[in-house]
Amino acid sequence: MHIAEGFLPPAHAIAWGVASAPFVVHGVRSLTREVREHPESTLLLGASGAFTFVLSALKLPSVTGSCSHPTGTGLGAILFRPPIMAVLGTITLLFQALLLAHGGLTTLGANVFSMAIVGPWAGYAVYRLLRRYDVPLMVAVFFGAFVADLSTYCVTSVQLALAFPDPSSGFLGALGKFGSIFAVTQIPLAVSEGLLTVIVMRLLVQSSKGELARLGVLLTKAGKSSTDEPEAVAR
Amino acid sequence: MSRNAKINALLLLAVAALAVLPLVLGLGDHKEEPFAGADAEAETAITEIEPDYEPWFSPLYEPPSGEIESALFALQAAIGAGVLAYYFGLRRGRRQGEERTAAALRGAPGED
Repeated sequence: MHIAEGFLPPAHAIAWGVASAPFVVHGVRSLTREVREHPESTLLLGASGAFTFVLSALKLPSVTGSCSHPTGTGLGAILFRPPIMAVLGTITLLFQALLLAHGGLTTLGANVFSMAIVGPWAGYAVYRLLRRYDVPLMVAVFFGAFVADLSTYCVTSVQLALAFPDPSSGFLGALGKFGSIFAVTQIPLAVSEGLLTVIVMRLLVQSSKGELARLGVLLTKAGKSSTDEPEAVAR
Repeated sequence: MSRNAKINALLLLAVAALAVLPLVLGLGDHKEEPFAGADAEAETAITEIEPDYEPWFSPLYEPPSGEIESALFALQAAIGAGVLAYYFGLRRGRRQGEERTAAALRGAPGED
């Protein structure tokens, strides 16, 4: 999903940067508030960022005969809500743009928009929806991570199709072209990301029950309307 | 192996299978350059749609070779994996410590 440096026309690059900036600023505020109010979260925040670091470095082969990588943003979005992932995702993208010539500074806004904003929000929405209908935690986590991953690549396809509409078939023709490169390749990888996120969540359930209850991922025994754990309900 | 560990191992196996199957089945054989990066394919598609397009900015730093690039990717994965391992190791150690303290408190006070 990394649009390479200089590969978006200046107007598009600026527009995506403007669109992403408020989300990242809001995310930085949420992150500092979370760390100030719950210093014990810092470790798990670090682990969520680390998960994104690992997964976005893993280039995996796919059924289309090309390689791509997962995003790892679903986990953090489910644990800490999407605004935090706008920051952690941006840090990952900056690392890759500056050191790996992967993505770029001019395309950072567009890449942040797909991987650090739309992906986490879409995944989080699906996760919350499934949880509302009492779908088991791990099933909801799987689909949350799956959607966070796949939606990121769909957004990238739209961004490129907007910037480079096909001369004969227009926006839709280009969308089909970029979609077949990105979105189709991504389907099995999104399944992998869903499974890996489930593994990490299972390990967290084993090791960090208290933390997950505070974040509202695990419900307290009294159930949804528990009053002695107001935070679990507020989330 | 506990039931939990077995389920995790099966999940990992599924991930590995998803990664290996495209290679084993030769799904990249129809391509000039099998299993190239999707990002690079998108760049090619852009130049197909708009042959005159010139990237107007180039990376500030570019790894001088494929080896350096893969080293930096490995570094990225290693940093992430290291932090994750630290987190889970710390949690496990803390939990064991708490259990041991609780057991010691329950046991005879003179026991050392």
